[in-house]
Amino acid sequence: MSTQSEPLLVIEGLRKSFTLHLQDGLELPVFNDVDLTVHGGECVVLSGPSGAGKSSLLRCIYGNYLPRAGQVLVRHDGALVPVTGAEPRTVLEIRRRTMGYVSQFLHVIPRIPTIDLVMEPLLVRAVDAGRARDRAAELLARLNVPERLWRLPPATFSGGEQQRVNIARSFVADYPVLLLDEPTASLDAANRDAVVELINDARARQVAVVGIFHDADVRDRVATGGFDVAAYREAA
Amino acid sequence: MSGQSLLRATGVGKSYGDRIGCRDVSFELWPGEILGIVGESGSGKTTLLNCLSANLELTAGRVEYDTRVDGMADLATMSEPARRMLMRTDWGFVHQNPRDGLRMNLSAGGNVGERLMAVGARHYGNIRRDVIDWLDRVEMEDGRIDDLPSTFSGGMQQRLQIARNLVTKPRLVFMDEPTGGLDVSVQARLLDLLRGLVRELGVACVIVTHDLGVVRLLSHRLMVMQRGRVVEQGLTDQVLDDPQHPYTQLLVSSIVSV
Ligand SMILES: Nc1ncnc2c1ncn2[C@@H]1O[C@H](COP(=O)(O)OP(=O)(O)O)[C@@H](O)[C@H]1O
Ligand SMILES: [Mg+2]
Repeated sequence: MSTQSEPLLVIEGLRKSFTLHLQDGLELPVFNDVDLTVHGGECVVLSGPSGAGKSSLLRCIYGNYLPRAGQVLVRHDGALVPVTGAEPRTVLEIRRRTMGYVSQFLHVIPRIPTIDLVMEPLLVRAVDAGRARDRAAELLARLNVPERLWRLPPATFSGGEQQRVNIARSFVADYPVLLLDEPTASLDAANRDAVVELINDARARQVAVVGIFHDADVRDRVATGGFDVAAYREAA
Repeated sequence: MSGQSLLRATGVGKSYGDRIGCRDVSFELWPGEILGIVGESGSGKTTLLNCLSANLELTAGRVEYDTRVDGMADLATMSEPARRMLMRTDWGFVHQNPRDGLRMNLSAGGNVGERLMAVGARHYGNIRRDVIDWLDRVEMEDGRIDDLPSTFSGGMQQRLQIARNLVTKPRLVFMDEPTGGLDVSVQARLLDLLRGLVRELGVACVIVTHDLGVVRLLSHRLMVMQRGRVVEQGLTDQVLDDPQHPYTQLLVSSIVSV
């Protein structure tokens, strides 16, 4: 297995801070000078105490937060392309085909049935509806989401059920780059195992994974490397 | 990714005497792209929308559109018939008040069929079939096809206006507060419907709203306006989750959830 092939994700000199204009323009430094390269088959686990900026780093990679300096490059259609500074439609195209993200909480369209939500990432990639449905069903089953729930919108589900819908939605499309923000936080042991298996299957397919896992056991079973975000804290 | 933008605004401005409606607005809209414009009332959103859709004369800048025949063309220098043709065939306009976008003296079916005939449809059977199909797509009950819009609820009127605008498969639809003035539960249903339809048709949209929930759900890109100027623009979730401008931070913080 050649993992040291071409990198799928390259971060260079990334800096993030927030300016809180509603609090007299308070400057909130988060991290500075972050360099990180991730290859296919690797799972880099971000560490650092709460507030260190782990989630902010993932969001900067996904184009959801705006870094102050530096760049994020993702291998998309064979070339490393910048996410930072890219046109919205380019970022959306990268998200559609290359980069998946599991947020800490389910953040989706209300009122849409679970199965349709999970199928959606495939439908927008023009996968045929029948195949998309089969694949969505397979993932929901693997994550032990009871079949009677598939036709309901997840709004009324328990935290753990919602999180599993969220995970199914992000693993359904075989993204080459996956960002995971505490995907196992509200899951029981059996479902944690299912997620660990999904992550390790993805790694075997040469997916590049960057994740936050507060559960040490999960971390040990998926990580190929670590990255301490706290070490990049910028002085205020 | 396709190489040609659909609509291009360059330094667009509109002033009413010494009052400024909007100023110095520039952007390019791509085919299938949905642009949301947000800002509090009076910030210039509707003025800008009317400038973009050739309903208002600009006092500065220009708006160009990729016409099917001649390619990129300046709306201001286009002949009046050509502009009217564009509005009928390539564009749609969904008004906040359905009464402004519907013919109130025509039946529901007539409202939709009229648009088809305006683009040259003549075969009665085909028109009727398309009308029924579209009333169905906007979840209008069967049997209301011959009723006048005035007998409909606000939500139904708005769905009818949407059918009337989308039936000719326009490439660009302008919407001014499409869910404004409706009850919350009716708004939710209309949003789901709009989201499904615009994605299915791949139609580009410019949507003006003061409701951040609407743009979170519908738009790819967001422009934030304050006092006639665009103070921030970018990918919708980025602008909403990590707003940079003081005014955007205020807008985002003053809503309970989006
Ligand atoms: N959208 C935001 N606006 C302002 N501050 C934020 C935002 N997101 C995160 N922060 C702040 O950035 C710092 C890092 O947060 P976060 O990335 O969530 O850390 P972690 O994931 O390591 O717990 C915290 O001080 C947090 O309050
Ligand atoms: Mg976090």
